[in-house]
Amino acid sequence: MSTFKFPPSITSRPVYGTLEPRSGKHHLMIADAEGAEALFDLVEKDPDLIAHAHIMYFPAADDTGYAEKLKAFSPSKLYVGPSYSAAVPRLRRILQDAHMGLQVYLAGTEGLMGQAMSEATNAGIPHTAIQTEHRGSVARRMQCVHCKGITENVVTDPFTCSHCGLNLFVRDHYSRRIAAFQGVCVDAEDPGNVPPKRELYS
Amino acid sequence: MSAGTNKIGVVVTDIVPLNELVTRFKFERADGGLLPTFSGGAHTVIEMKDGETTRLNPYSLMSDPADRHAYTISVRRDDAGRGGSLFLHKNVRIGDEMVISYPVNLFALDLRAHKHLMIAGGIGITPFLAQIKQLSATNGRFELHYACRNQALGSYVDDLTTAHPNNVHVYFDDDGQALDLENLLDGQPLGTHIYICGPKGMINWVRDTAERLGWPREAVHYEEFLAPQSGKPFTVKLAKSDLEFEVGEHQSLLEAIEAAGVDAPYLCRGGACGQCETDVLEADGEILHRDHWLEDDEKESGKKIMPCVSRFEGRIIVLDR
Ligand code: FES
Repeated sequence: MSTFKFPPSITSRPVYGTLEPRSGKHHLMIADAEGAEALFDLVEKDPDLIAHAHIMYFPAADDTGYAEKLKAFSPSKLYVGPSYSAAVPRLRRILQDAHMGLQVYLAGTEGLMGQAMSEATNAGIPHTAIQTEHRGSVARRMQCVHCKGITENVVTDPFTCSHCGLNLFVRDHYSRRIAAFQGVCVDAEDPGNVPPKRELYS
Repeated sequence: MSAGTNKIGVVVTDIVPLNELVTRFKFERADGGLLPTFSGGAHTVIEMKDGETTRLNPYSLMSDPADRHAYTISVRRDDAGRGGSLFLHKNVRIGDEMVISYPVNLFALDLRAHKHLMIAGGIGITPFLAQIKQLSATNGRFELHYACRNQALGSYVDDLTTAHPNNVHVYFDDDGQALDLENLLDGQPLGTHIYICGPKGMINWVRDTAERLGWPREAVHYEEFLAPQSGKPFTVKLAKSDLEFEVGEHQSLLEAIEAAGVDAPYLCRGGACGQCETDVLEADGEILHRDHWLEDDEKESGKKIMPCVSRFEGRIIVLDR
């Protein structure tokens, strides 16, 4: 099962729901890895969506057939790409040409949903109108509050900033603008005194 | 006490009849100073001393929000109303001193919008006049669709079409012109917000159409002030203030509470803002809910009332005030 129930936290931390079909002429669905399962569930609730759906999908390296299954649905448009970051210009173009009434559905990892959410809100969709459903890895996209560098796929707390090398504590404090959680130096007072690494939510 | 109940003493410095029904009033500060700034969509509450009764009616500010020397409002005469608009039309003269409230905005532009799509019906044009001035000063992108009965009753039609020939579209009902709403909404660029001010039917029509077409609720804004309606007199008891009195036929419950000397909260006086919400401790009779603030289950519970527009029919109602 690809779902994980996040424990309650501070209000800054995003919360995710379950994708529900909404009325509208166009539906943009963006998912990575196991996020595909949330799209399968969505389409099962309303099979008519698929004829007006534009799907952008980023399979995991070891994809076990999700991409094939999405293709079999024959959505109005399907793009399967190697990475979200490589697809950003494409997404911006889609949003630029889109009209009000477009429904946006995001599914998969927090990093993917957060970044796609920030593109969609920049394009003018109120963030509360964008649906999200978490599936798969609990890895986080972290910003180092000291050097501002982003480290993707953080799965341990603390972790080492991939830009400046500081030991960072994983916070639930989240920035919607840059779609990342904040990492703060864990041994600033007593350099070298770093607590043992633990896997997130272990 | 709420923000909107801060008062300003003003003098009426101009009165301009625009057409058969609508007259414009201009107010300047009695002490000669500057008025507070406001944002497009704000209203002020005007105090009207009509013999024994004091009426407080909200009117949208239509002047340039950047102009602090004067406020202007446009008032449509409502011959069937309780008399606020008739009082302004008939009794108020240039040079009169009046009291108005600080501006309050319950219909502000969402400045995150990439485009503002305004839909006005009749006198509902007034908040847009201020919003358009605000947007023009900041190069904001807007489009106004304005429906009115005919050329003669179309307040500000000429001003608007002259100043903004490409952004203003006017529809005269008498000429059979109608807004093709479905087509207008379909195809608006992402980031468009809708603003509606006009009769209830128009507001519902636009909201329903937008919802059906998949517009997010957060991108649809509307303003509808309800005028309090007359009704059977009834008795009210205020538990905290330990007062009991009668609410007259043409008085609202809020006006009666104020007349009894109790300082009750309010902002819009039109059932929209929620500020006046009051707990009902006892009610021997039926509450006539007329606001669009309370949820249906709250209305049914009989435990809440919005005294600015709602009334009561029965022996006595006891409020926690
Ligand atoms: S004063 Fe705004 S709802 Fe009553």
